[in-house]
Amino acid sequence: MRSLRRAWLFFRDNPVGAVAFFIILSISSLALLAPYIAPYSPTEIDVENVLSPPSPEHPFGTDELGRDVLTRMLYGARVSLSVGFIAVGIAVLIGIIIGAIAGYYGGMIDAILMRFVDIMLTFPTIFLILAIVVIVEQSIWTIMVVIGLTGWMDVARLVRAEFLTLKEREFVQAAKAIGVSNFKIIFRHILPNSLAPVFVAAIFGIAGAILTESALSFLGFGIKPPEPSWGNILTSGKDNIEVAWWLSLFPGLAIFITTLSFNLLGEALRDSLDPRLRKNNQ
Amino acid sequence: MLHYLLKRLLGTIPILFGITIITFIVIHLAPGGPAETQTELNIRASQEARENLKRLYGLDKPLHVQYLTWLKRAIRLDFGESFVDQRRVIDKIKERIPITLSINIISMVIIFLFAIPIGVLSASRRNSFFDRLTTLFVFAGFSMPHFWLALLLMILFGVELGWFPISGIQSIETADMGFFERVLDIGRHLVLPVSVATLGGIAGLSRYTRSSMLEILRQDYIRTARAKGLPEKTVIFRHGLRNALLPAITILGLSVPGLIGGSVIFESIFAIPGMGQLYYSSAMARDYPVIMGMLVIIAILTLLGNLIADICYALVDPRIRLGGKER
Repeated sequence: MRSLRRAWLFFRDNPVGAVAFFIILSISSLALLAPYIAPYSPTEIDVENVLSPPSPEHPFGTDELGRDVLTRMLYGARVSLSVGFIAVGIAVLIGIIIGAIAGYYGGMIDAILMRFVDIMLTFPTIFLILAIVVIVEQSIWTIMVVIGLTGWMDVARLVRAEFLTLKEREFVQAAKAIGVSNFKIIFRHILPNSLAPVFVAAIFGIAGAILTESALSFLGFGIKPPEPSWGNILTSGKDNIEVAWWLSLFPGLAIFITTLSFNLLGEALRDSLDPRLRKNNQ
Repeated sequence: MLHYLLKRLLGTIPILFGITIITFIVIHLAPGGPAETQTELNIRASQEARENLKRLYGLDKPLHVQYLTWLKRAIRLDFGESFVDQRRVIDKIKERIPITLSINIISMVIIFLFAIPIGVLSASRRNSFFDRLTTLFVFAGFSMPHFWLALLLMILFGVELGWFPISGIQSIETADMGFFERVLDIGRHLVLPVSVATLGGIAGLSRYTRSSMLEILRQDYIRTARAKGLPEKTVIFRHGLRNALLPAITILGLSVPGLIGGSVIFESIFAIPGMGQLYYSSAMARDYPVIMGMLVIIAILTLLGNLIADICYALVDPRIRLGGKER
């Protein structure tokens, strides 16, 4: 009940966040229901309807193999959202572990781990991801893992900063005094108190992961056709740029609206979780 | 200042080593080692290339020896030869650097010129129509897939309106053009790619300038400036902006990886023969020596960008410049 009430208060104070949340909810439902609501098959080729512009039968037109773009976008939503959520899940997990260890133990361990973070940050992410995906076998799973492996640094820094302040607090000192193990202090006492900023970073991270996946698929290193993804539909958009604008417009709009919703939701959450910002807004 | 510079330079050494280690690990991610997978996946790699690779990585030796052998050559910027045309990797990279670097520098200047005024104006007119409009723009800029923006611009300004060329860096017939015409021609080719490259940076930096400006406008010295009756313009531009510029320099330095990363996307879309396109085509051809060489070079360039930003920061901020001397 209490969390429901908190959610209601959040939505009442952040109409933009509420709209963003409901857009995300709707896109997720459309993605889940894709096999039941999609008007056509996502992969079946229809030679009589190649590159036909938007019409009542094909609201978003068809691609160079006559496949319905709307159908392919519904299936593509499954790819984008699952990559977004799972890649960020992996990144958050790595970030929490590294950030917690660095912040809690401090000293040499902290110095080494944070240097590692610096090193990871000097590689432009897309270069590192491309290097890895051309070496390992490409599938939706490797894409998730690779995006996760290259996106944990922000979370690690956030968690570390939280740990640095929280570990000095009385409740941690008390736990130490009565002999609670380090493992338990980290995961039971400090971590739950440091999750709010991580949650916000994760929401922003989903937007970033969706953008990365679509860029990878667009470049031909992500989800491979015939399996549809928003990024690889845009590849055919580029190949047919002079004749079929609809192939470029609609899938891109889907990516844009989805990432915009996650970013706006993240911003609204950050505002409501950061009391300093709230006070300044008044 | 010298002290600070030296400290900062020494700090990059472990990072440089880290870069080579991570690159080395990436090479060895491939099951069966680099030479086998590389040649197996690439039909263009001959038996000779396979032998060369084995020698390059010293694959019969233990891992740490392999790393040291590779490192010795990497330090001399010797990354072997490309599978595709057997040219030296470093030569291929070198000829691509100027184009990417100049586009990135142009982009940075444009980002700075647009983002700072936008940020300052929206902070000083908080919650005005302009402020709301830029907030909207910032979120659109963050959320917009850059390659999609590139496609839309190509359709609108290239295909429909025909204002700007949509591929390459210059026209095919440049021989009978004068110097001025040639510059104009390159400029026309760069309009669309640079627009795409700067959007994210403008969004990020203007947002950042806005929030640091808001922070500064609450400070006591701003209240003092206003209290002694200075015109609002002076308060904002002389007293506020100067302090807001400091963190902006750091942010610009931090945006280097994003800019260089973005070059893969816009260079391959607009067919600009820079590093991004070389990386893209090497990845497509699974030209591993080039990929690995570029990973190292690009990380070093990023590091250099950060270092330059830090030095600029130290130059304008007396707290850092003089702080080093005291210690």
